[in-house]
Amino acid sequence: MVESKQQWKAWLYLAPAIVLLLVFTVWPIINTVVMAFMEDYSGLASIGGETSFRIGLGNFTKVAQNADFQSALRNTMLLCLITVPVSTVLALLIAVALHAIKPLQKALQTIFFLPYVTNSIAIGMVFAAMFNVIGSVGTRRPLISSYGIINDVIRFFGGNWVNWINSGSDYWANMFVLIVYIVWNALPFKILILLGGLTSINKQYYEAAKVDSTPRWRVLWRITVPLLSPMLAYVIITGFIAGFKEYTSIVGIYGESMGPVHAPHRLNTMVGLIYDSLASNNQGRASAAALILFGIILVVTLINLWVSKKRVHY
Amino acid sequence: MKVVLQNLTKIFPSRNKKSNEEVVAVNNFNFEIPDGKLIGLLGPSGCGKSTTLYMISGLLKPSSGKIFFGDDDVTELSTENRGIGLVFQNYALYPHMTVKQNIMFPLENLKGADRPSKEQMLERAYEAAKLVQIEQLLDRKPSELSGGQQQRVAIARALVKMPRVLLLDEPLSNLDARLRLQTREEIRRIQKETGITTIFVTHDQEEAMSISDYIVVMKSGLVQQIGAPQEVYDDPANLFVARFLGTPPINVFTGKIKGGKVYLGDQAVLDVGNLPDQEVYVGIRPEGFIVDENGPMICQLQDVEVMGHATSILTTHEASMNPIIRTLKDSDGPNQFKDGVVRYSIKPHKIFLFKHDETEERIRVEVK
Repeated sequence: MVESKQQWKAWLYLAPAIVLLLVFTVWPIINTVVMAFMEDYSGLASIGGETSFRIGLGNFTKVAQNADFQSALRNTMLLCLITVPVSTVLALLIAVALHAIKPLQKALQTIFFLPYVTNSIAIGMVFAAMFNVIGSVGTRRPLISSYGIINDVIRFFGGNWVNWINSGSDYWANMFVLIVYIVWNALPFKILILLGGLTSINKQYYEAAKVDSTPRWRVLWRITVPLLSPMLAYVIITGFIAGFKEYTSIVGIYGESMGPVHAPHRLNTMVGLIYDSLASNNQGRASAAALILFGIILVVTLINLWVSKKRVHY
Repeated sequence: MKVVLQNLTKIFPSRNKKSNEEVVAVNNFNFEIPDGKLIGLLGPSGCGKSTTLYMISGLLKPSSGKIFFGDDDVTELSTENRGIGLVFQNYALYPHMTVKQNIMFPLENLKGADRPSKEQMLERAYEAAKLVQIEQLLDRKPSELSGGQQQRVAIARALVKMPRVLLLDEPLSNLDARLRLQTREEIRRIQKETGITTIFVTHDQEEAMSISDYIVVMKSGLVQQIGAPQEVYDDPANLFVARFLGTPPINVFTGKIKGGKVYLGDQAVLDVGNLPDQEVYVGIRPEGFIVDENGPMICQLQDVEVMGHATSILTTHEASMNPIIRTLKDSDGPNQFKDGVVRYSIKPHKIFLFKHDETEERIRVEVK
């Protein structure tokens, strides 16, 4: 126990951190909650213009009725439900494989880690280039100068080229590109965490399994996965949170229009919606959308924790 | 199942890239372990006993030599196919499974015709649990068990698939003193009940002596002596074995043979007939001293420790290699000694002579 006479010292040392937290974290959170209930409020209006606003739930109903909101919610949910399981399973398999090999382990680890240290907008642009078809795609007699690397590969194996991201492209083609990008981008962090978890598992469990002639898949499923479950839970929960905040990946590939040329905003997400509201000087609606997103993430995380209570062995 | 080790050798390459010093962990180990016996591999740390055990398990590959289970050469066989049960030093119980799931795990790995039905598995798991007396703990997790209980679960898991050979790596080292006594008797009982050839590793000579049919004493990768515990104790092959076995440990002196007598300092303690004159190490077991007013060996009394069932007398002697000589006598009779001097005569079969060179080999004496 710190003596009460000494306590002011403790507060003094904590002060810089506390002040920064209050100004840049706590106050904005409070402000967001307050603003969400201020109808017709505009941040800019308060400088000199109209300052009248009403208190109510109007922002929430407007956000919910917005046609973009429903597609944004659906996009976000779809991306989460597909990319989190896929990237987690892939990361698990890659981590186990990496852990099992000795030569080149460090080199491969570095390669898998590269997306993590690369700017996601830059990666998005590279992805766009890989899937981009250059030429007049939407016209009746397309004149195409480049199909993009991915289509080149498909054509090399005798397949038909796909309009991935250009004008006239299909929604699921758009989503496919996004999913590949997000999964690939999400792998390094997950691999790193799982690899760390794997190294901390006592090797004797594997020797014991070997003595008992356990088949490989059973070792993975009955020993590795349960013993990794705390890391897996962490990776899945943070994966869902990151998934609900998906935004830069779409900007990276499709630009600020959040969709192919013929259908802008088609790939918008919840965070995208918040930015849109802010851009149209509608802080109230942006705050409401942020609170809705917060609520969704909270619910999903609670579900995750509830499931992990049964499945995670610490 | 008898286990035959033939010229078994394990060489670990040097870890340091600059020096090419190899470590010979096990050097040319030969032994035929008879069927259904309990064998203790005994030695100080780094003597190669665990390496030997892990080679028998198949988790380590021998550098040369062969291993047979019965008549099968299993040297090239992987661990999975050897049909052994192995109990690890820290048990390696799967923490996320219950005791029952842990014990059933090896059975669930069996394939084809060997695979018992679910009911049979449960039954066999229960039988194994009963054998080690943990049948009331089947639904607990390992973390909810004491060390001794975990140990039993580990043994049950190793036994449930009826292994050809049961291997135990330092099975008692994680238990407290009292539990150790109890568990070693348990291991002996279980081994006798199942009749499975069992090999265990220990650095505790008392543990090895008390339950083994045979003990193998090792030092620096070399087998020093193999035999029944009492045999090895009574007839050590060299000074190392003599020193390693026995609590309290043997008392060692530098002495010499002159004219057919062994001298400690200027006191002749034993007739050795026609052995040539030479410098020797003399080992005398603590129980080999008889307090005798006319005894030839004269020691200076330091202290008397009363243990109840016996009395231990601490003395010094100029020829002793240890600072204190510890001798045992029964607790009957007085413990008073005149003038701080204790005189002993020596039981001839409790005194051993060893060469005064680097081999420290035993010099055998015809005791008349």
